[in-house]
Amino acid sequence: MIWVLRKTGRQVLNLLQETGRSVMLLAGVVRNAGYLTTHSRLLFSQMMKIGVTSLPLVAVVSLFTGAVSAWQAAYQFQGIVSREMALNFLGAAVSAAILIELAPVLTGLVIAGRVGASLAAELGSMKVTEQVDALEVLAIDPLRFLATPRIFAGTVMLPVLVIYADIIAHIGAVAVAGFLLDLSPRVFFASIQEHFLAHNVTAGIIKALVFGAGTAVIGCSIGLNTKGGAEGVGRSTIKAFVYSSAFILIADYLLAMILF
Amino acid sequence: MMRLPVIEIKHLKKSFDDKEVLKDVNLLCDEGKSTVIVGRSGCGKSVLLKSIIGLIRPEAGEILVDGENIIGMKKNDLFRVRRKFGMLFQGAALFDSLTVAGNVALPLVEHTRLSEEEIRGRVKSKLSMVDLAGAEDKMTSELSGGMRKRVGLARALIMDPKFILYDEPTTGLDPITSAAIDALIRETQARLGLTSIIVTHKMDSAFHVGDSIAMLEGGRIIFSGSIDEFKKSEKKEIRAFCGKTELKAGDER
Repeated sequence: MIWVLRKTGRQVLNLLQETGRSVMLLAGVVRNAGYLTTHSRLLFSQMMKIGVTSLPLVAVVSLFTGAVSAWQAAYQFQGIVSREMALNFLGAAVSAAILIELAPVLTGLVIAGRVGASLAAELGSMKVTEQVDALEVLAIDPLRFLATPRIFAGTVMLPVLVIYADIIAHIGAVAVAGFLLDLSPRVFFASIQEHFLAHNVTAGIIKALVFGAGTAVIGCSIGLNTKGGAEGVGRSTIKAFVYSSAFILIADYLLAMILF
Repeated sequence: MMRLPVIEIKHLKKSFDDKEVLKDVNLLCDEGKSTVIVGRSGCGKSVLLKSIIGLIRPEAGEILVDGENIIGMKKNDLFRVRRKFGMLFQGAALFDSLTVAGNVALPLVEHTRLSEEEIRGRVKSKLSMVDLAGAEDKMTSELSGGMRKRVGLARALIMDPKFILYDEPTTGLDPITSAAIDALIRETQARLGLTSIIVTHKMDSAFHVGDSIAMLEGGRIIFSGSIDEFKKSEKKEIRAFCGKTELKAGDER
């Protein structure tokens, strides 16, 4: 029993410590935002790395997410409403689900796995091979040089990726509706248009901003505090993925409460 | 001519968890001279070196650099003081994502407003100084251990520092490359007149590159003086370290 309490207590303390470090890092990054005006090249290279190279993976995930949403929505409507009514509402229902939840959360989780973990691995390996110390010795602030461009790139690029995921997921949904459910794209889009709320798009983008910033902050913070050689880098990588995924799901719930 | 101490360490203490690594370290480093710090593996030599440049924060004591105590200094002031230093790390600590030229040029890009052409010229000159002319476009993964150290040294020298710190500069290198790096350190010292601090546990290297020598043992400096005085010392720990007497089993940690 004491063993369980001790272990739980240690985990809670670790979590609080990581949260504190991440908040401090974020504050430092905000203070150093001006640095990017003179070092935009660093920002653009991170935007390429975080955003552009994630496009193929986000496309695959979004295409199938949209497709399965359309199929599942049609299946759920069966027996509840008439087929005609179901098909009339399909576009609106699937679109709202994509814009509000599916695209931001699933893209966020993909980025947590792909980018959050790779930021922790990259900065962690720089930390254990003394490259971060070398920056300090050269009087270059690692927070400014390493963390600031990565966190801003994450914050800017996730909304872009979510907009892209919104489009691809709609393509997946309309394809399933057209080919498998005999619903013409015209009816599908008319349904979306009729029930469209701009707030759904805005909410998805606000979520993406928070998820992008959170994932990058967690990845950088865990990476820059890595200890213990290659094993430590491995631990940091897993930790970054787990913490950023948990952050996305918790933040999603809180934002849903605030935004709707 | 009398030389003034430009780095002065007074009653320095540093612990990690329950282990007291530096108990009461006192050391003076004279201007334009190279001071070698020797000691057994794990005795705290690198901790001392990293404390001097503010990478590790000691619990007590003073480290005076040109009269300024760096302990407890604010980040911006510490960065100002660090610009007087260059440091060569044990594993060279080159940035994997940059080329050789990118590594050497980074401090100039960050701290000066020199044109690209001027930066290229300076990088070329420093790389020539360490016998690596023409290696500008290589990636760091293509370099041998000795070449990595040379690039690290060129990067450490690019801002024309007043002080240079070497952390185990020849560890992990074969004897011929080690001798070449020692010769390069000595040559750099003679040419630029820098104040150097070199941490090593290799005695042949220490005798070659040092003007004076200090030995760290049990968290304290137990000897500080000239190379000749060190060689003649009758202290048991020094004789054992130089291989003149054997320590009994249990003396090692």
